[in-house]
Amino acid sequence: MSSQTLQTGTGKHSGPTTGTPATRKPYRNRRLPAAGTVGRYAALAVAAALTLGPVMWTLSTSLRTPSESFNLPPSFLPINPDFTAYQEVFKQINVSLLVLNSALVTGLIALGQMASATLAGYAFARLDFRGKKAIFSLVLATMMVPVQVTIVPVFMLIRGMGLSDTLLALILPAIPTAFGTFLMRQYFLGLPNDFAEAAALDGAGPWRIFRSVYVPLAVPGMAIVGILAFNFHWNEFFRPLILTISEQNFTLPLGLVTLQGNLGTGSISVVLAGVILSMLPALVVFIFGQRTLREGLTAGASK
Amino acid sequence: MTTTSTVPRQSVKPPAARRSFVERWLAMFFLAPTLLGMALFTFLPIIGSLVLAFFRWDIISAPQFVGFANFASLAQDPTVRVSFLNTIVFVIVAVVLQLGIALSLASMLQARMPSWLRVFLRSTFFFPLVLSAASVSIFMRYMFNEQFGVVNWLLSLVGIPAVPWLTSPAASAAVVVLVYVWQNFGFSFLLFLGALTNIPKELHEAANLDGATGWKQFSNVTLPLISPTVLVASVMAIISALQVFDQPYVLTNGGPGDSTRTAVMVIFESAFQQLEFGEASAIGLVLTVLILAVTALQFRLSRRFVFYQ
Repeated sequence: MSSQTLQTGTGKHSGPTTGTPATRKPYRNRRLPAAGTVGRYAALAVAAALTLGPVMWTLSTSLRTPSESFNLPPSFLPINPDFTAYQEVFKQINVSLLVLNSALVTGLIALGQMASATLAGYAFARLDFRGKKAIFSLVLATMMVPVQVTIVPVFMLIRGMGLSDTLLALILPAIPTAFGTFLMRQYFLGLPNDFAEAAALDGAGPWRIFRSVYVPLAVPGMAIVGILAFNFHWNEFFRPLILTISEQNFTLPLGLVTLQGNLGTGSISVVLAGVILSMLPALVVFIFGQRTLREGLTAGASK
Repeated sequence: MTTTSTVPRQSVKPPAARRSFVERWLAMFFLAPTLLGMALFTFLPIIGSLVLAFFRWDIISAPQFVGFANFASLAQDPTVRVSFLNTIVFVIVAVVLQLGIALSLASMLQARMPSWLRVFLRSTFFFPLVLSAASVSIFMRYMFNEQFGVVNWLLSLVGIPAVPWLTSPAASAAVVVLVYVWQNFGFSFLLFLGALTNIPKELHEAANLDGATGWKQFSNVTLPLISPTVLVASVMAIISALQVFDQPYVLTNGGPGDSTRTAVMVIFESAFQQLEFGEASAIGLVLTVLILAVTALQFRLSRRFVFYQ
């Protein structure tokens, strides 16, 4: 299962580059930083700077006035923040509508996935029925099929259902989730049996056992499914690009790419202000749900 | 994992037969949303793709059966051929870079360091994963701008003349790789970090005592121990790189020429710009076969090379 309890503490595995084999503890204090250690910290510092640099540049440039936003030298720290670009981006595009669309699409997909994956995951983990293994393999197999392959028929299906250019066109096909079902099944398998037995003794039927005993216990698993869905679909670009046509149905990433296309390189800071705004929810997830997200992302690899 | 479905769960029973009858019905209801949804939005479309690949259809006129013509035109159409070639080169370079960076950083994080620093670095390397590839490509496109981009400005500080990042074929292909790797190395990093942290430290101590340190210890002790993760991380990285779309679409729109056009971009263009839905389906099927081949290879390789404890 998710083996994600990372020891952040003082794990004393000497790393591969620490060149002091079997040094005994008492000498630790007077050991000078070895060349390997210096090199390692330098490499980590460069990697961290290269990772954060572009984001810092985006933030600081969005806080410059539109007219000087492409002037050199660039800025990496938001000194003297100027919020003109943020006012401007609301005039250029309907930011609130984009946010509303993105929130509706992402929220409903997340809720739909949590509900359907909980039900299906429970059935695969704790209910008996014929053909269970075969059906479960079939569900897992859908993970192998990339969205680009099914997008043409899905596009036609959506047209046939009269849902072209609606938000439902984005929501409905995204609700059945093989990965979410897999996660919830694992989660339910990890919960003990005793509760079900005790509840059955009290005369609870299969539905009551599910509803009153296991659903409350599965909330952390559902949170993983919800956060993963949120992170993926909030940032999604390919399906909205194809399945929505009019600007009133655009989601944030699509609206921003269109804005960039319209403004070109005219006023960078306006586009970047939009980019920063679109990052805020992801930032919230990152700050408050990072652990959950990490567990979810790595769960698929450690089965 | 263990499949505990058949262990004696209902030792305490109201009439057992009735109970399993209720359970079967409940299971059907529980599975209905997922299975019906998948039937409609995954299985039906797969069949649709398989059929469509043998037709020429532009939505307006009636579909026309053309046999293998769509596949044959794939082999001949220079744009399609170049795009597949681009995709394969992209996958190789991006995956090697991504895994190399991820593994180096993850092993550097195993060394002794203050825990706040480790947490900070882990969060930092993870951060790009929560951003949207489209947004990242938007700001990266500005950063790689030839005249006022910050990348060329930094290079000018060390005396390197301006590079036409987005307008020369080789440089724009490099930009797509860099932007993609920048955003995705964190995922492989997390996998490696988890695997490295799970290695019992006695093994490293034993290796130290035997005089195996540095690279020797890494290649003879660490790498075999994390080989299952290396394999999984490679396969996941390859599969996701094969589907690259957002970055080249926003950064270069496939250009200059066809130099950054990828397989998925061609699917998108032939379906939704040229209205060649049959051809798009055929390209999609070829891509799926590639992905399935990579997955099959994973199982093969894992039997031969991976060391399971």
